[in-house]
Amino acid sequence: MVEIKGLKIYYKTLRGDAKALDDVTFTINDREILGIAGESGCGKSTLGNSLILLKPPMKYVSGEVRLNGERLPIDNTVEMRKYRYKKISLIPQYAMDALNPTRKIGGIIKDLVGQHRVKYEEIEGRLHERLRMVKLSKDILNMYPFELSGGMKQRLVLVISTLLNPDLLIADEVTSALDVSSQKAVSLMFKEFRDEKIVNSIVFITHDIAVLYQIADRIAIMYAGKVVEIGPTEEIMKNPLHPYTKALIKSLPNAGIRHTHQKLEGIPGHPPNLINPPEGCRFKDRCPFASDECLNEPPLVEVEPGRYVACWKVKGR
Amino acid sequence: MKEFMYFAFKNTKFKIGLSILLFFLILATIGPYLSHYKDPLEYVSMSNLPPNKDNWLGTTTFGQDVFTQFVYGLRSTFFIGLFGGGLATIIGLLIGFIAGYKGGWIDEILMMLTNILIVIPTLALLIIIAAYLPYRGIGIQSVIIGLTAWPWTARAVRAQTLSLKSREFVNLAKITALPPLKIVLEEIAPNMMSYVVMVFILQFAGAILAAVGLDFIGLGPTRGISLGLMLQYSVLWNAIQLGIWWWFIPPGLAITMIVSSLYFLNIGLDEIFNPRLREE
Amino acid sequence: MLEGEGKMIRVENLTKVFTSGGIFSKNTIVAVDGVDFEIKKSEILALVGESGSGKSTIGKMMLKLLKPSGGQILLNDKDIYKIKNNKEFYSKVQGIFQDPYSSFNPIFKVDRIFKLIKQSFKKEVSSSEWEGRVEEVLKKVGLNVGDVLNKYIHQLSGGQLQRLLIARALLMDVDVLIADEITSMLDASTRVDVLEALLSLKEIGASILFITHDLSQAYYMSDKIVVLYKGSVVESGSIEKVFSNPMHPYTRMLLDSIPQLDRKWEEDRISVEDFDKSRAAWKEGLCKYIDRCPLADLNCVRPKLKLVEEDHYVACVKM
Repeated sequence: MVEIKGLKIYYKTLRGDAKALDDVTFTINDREILGIAGESGCGKSTLGNSLILLKPPMKYVSGEVRLNGERLPIDNTVEMRKYRYKKISLIPQYAMDALNPTRKIGGIIKDLVGQHRVKYEEIEGRLHERLRMVKLSKDILNMYPFELSGGMKQRLVLVISTLLNPDLLIADEVTSALDVSSQKAVSLMFKEFRDEKIVNSIVFITHDIAVLYQIADRIAIMYAGKVVEIGPTEEIMKNPLHPYTKALIKSLPNAGIRHTHQKLEGIPGHPPNLINPPEGCRFKDRCPFASDECLNEPPLVEVEPGRYVACWKVKGR
Repeated sequence: MKEFMYFAFKNTKFKIGLSILLFFLILATIGPYLSHYKDPLEYVSMSNLPPNKDNWLGTTTFGQDVFTQFVYGLRSTFFIGLFGGGLATIIGLLIGFIAGYKGGWIDEILMMLTNILIVIPTLALLIIIAAYLPYRGIGIQSVIIGLTAWPWTARAVRAQTLSLKSREFVNLAKITALPPLKIVLEEIAPNMMSYVVMVFILQFAGAILAAVGLDFIGLGPTRGISLGLMLQYSVLWNAIQLGIWWWFIPPGLAITMIVSSLYFLNIGLDEIFNPRLREE
Repeated sequence: MLEGEGKMIRVENLTKVFTSGGIFSKNTIVAVDGVDFEIKKSEILALVGESGSGKSTIGKMMLKLLKPSGGQILLNDKDIYKIKNNKEFYSKVQGIFQDPYSSFNPIFKVDRIFKLIKQSFKKEVSSSEWEGRVEEVLKKVGLNVGDVLNKYIHQLSGGQLQRLLIARALLMDVDVLIADEITSMLDASTRVDVLEALLSLKEIGASILFITHDLSQAYYMSDKIVVLYKGSVVESGSIEKVFSNPMHPYTRMLLDSIPQLDRKWEEDRISVEDFDKSRAAWKEGLCKYIDRCPLADLNCVRPKLKLVEEDHYVACVKM
């Protein structure tokens, strides 16, 4: 179980600090896939990266992260080395294009586990088994990354990043560059890795809520550096409570809807500037329900068992 | 532009480079008017005089005034930098733009030519050309340098053009029915302005160094004076062994300082143009 | 075709072969392989397929940005490569590309795109009238004049930039628009506005080629669909018919893979590329989908598109 409490991560820029992650609190339960959705710049990638490697211009401001009760030294890049890859593993965006093109895949894996003081021979059996799980032949170990298609590379990255059976796997936009058929296959393989207890929990970060609906147990919606709503997937999709979540889901075309029958609606306006975010609720400028009480910042409160919403207009029932 | 000036005058490297360069540029412009003598090669005084109130930088073994030689030499150096470096930049830009934008067999031929020139040792080529010319002035020297120094610029510009060409705004310009020349000049080239400025500065420095090299091995201008020729003569007449420091220190120091100031300018401009280097 | 039956663009047996390599070894890749379709006035045709299926190559050829290796593109029954005057051609056919940020020259203000089309195509219109028209089309695509004019690209969002380009096409009153993945880099909330703006072009009678990999969007927007696999059309026809009754195994697999908002994936049906050598040995003359098709056997000779019902064509010998 991972508990994140009051986490604030800012980006240093010339014009001041961009508050990319501002007071974020939630937990990632054992054996769950937590989906994190939001639009570009909402802080979802910052969240994933900050749990692994806090690199300048990112800077830790406050808050804490606990993995199974143990406080993670996320503000200390050297101390974090003990946890990285072994306990928490991240698949960054574009990871599949970051494989060393001049090394054979087997060599890349040997180097990587070697860096974490693990002998290749110890994990070789496990590697072959995992490759079978993602339907890749072990011949690919003698191939170069460019010989694989995008979907194959992404499946390979899944295997590599979970070789040491980490507690937490963070997947950042792993399916967004893939074709629909590969998207389905890869997403379901993530789910299978959780079901087979290879990883304990998965944080699946994506802009594509439809994919989350397929595989996530719970969904957290982020907006402008804040978590605005968390809840079980079915409930978020069928009965969104936060006005932003509602608008976001309404803007998605579902197969089976034609423009002649039903018009989709966008969300007018833009996300706020994170260097000088507005006082109070950050969505209020685009929100149809905004009123004076929104000038105060709404806290993330439990309105129903397991459902948290940060909006003054949503009352507990 | 305003933003450029703001960052430019916050950048120490840029300021240092610019000040040194301006100092020598002013010296080259007004120096000849300050000097008491009109001809740098004229024998005007006793030989081997150390600096004194008539000969501010002393005299040579032949009794020529070193200051006069120095300021005229500075002029030639800037001339060679401007014309030799300028010519190399222009040829490099043209070939790079054409090869990059047109592509196909035009690209192949131009790049073959460029690569051949890159692998031929430039200095050897310069020596052969220079040795065959009975009369060599500073103008000819800068043309020779300009004609041999462009290849790496052409390659770099071609690469930049290729990358800009694949940007969608070039396609949008094409479907707006703009003619190719207009696309290169109005869409692609302005995006490379900062790069062109930096290339020119490097070519400027390169041309000065190439000219000094030629002068020093005796293939400099047969007429006139330059900083390189001053160095060559001083070494030829044992100025170092005889301790006539005022003969070789000024040209040597000036060349070093001008070339370093150009490199400083270049690094400074890189930091100004490139926001990623600016952050720190 | 009778005079006055409506303007349209038609693609016949369109083929593009790329060759790579030098003098000694030549590799050829058939990116587009004998594709046919037509788009009538006020019609949106979705061109869907995976990356590498050749859909963008078709778009580029229709915009004369890439020369076809074979076949024809006919604009109102005239081969577009016989229209030598670029101004004449581009005043009728226009395109919008995937990356809005790269579609604008970063050193100029965004409204330069309007000035350029006035210079190129509408010299005769007076400046004041032109300004009026610009404001009108901006309103039509849902943009505020004050928000977008006189701005640089970094001051605008991707959705606003794409709508500026749609406004540009509206201003030119084009007959044909090639929209190549114009929403794939946008966030969901701004994507819808771009799609709506595109529909305003359909209203003025333009034929639109809507290139996308997103099948939900294709269905939302289009009247007809062409499904491409490795450069060949595997299924085409009216969008209702293809979506309600997909016949080609590839189309079925694609439709199965769409992440829906109300229905979960069937987990037992996934399709992945693998290294099954017997099938990877795909030969000339056999169906291109043989490497992934659940129904395939070595009798699958290269199929031709066949009419299976009105307005619905499929290329599969197992039908």
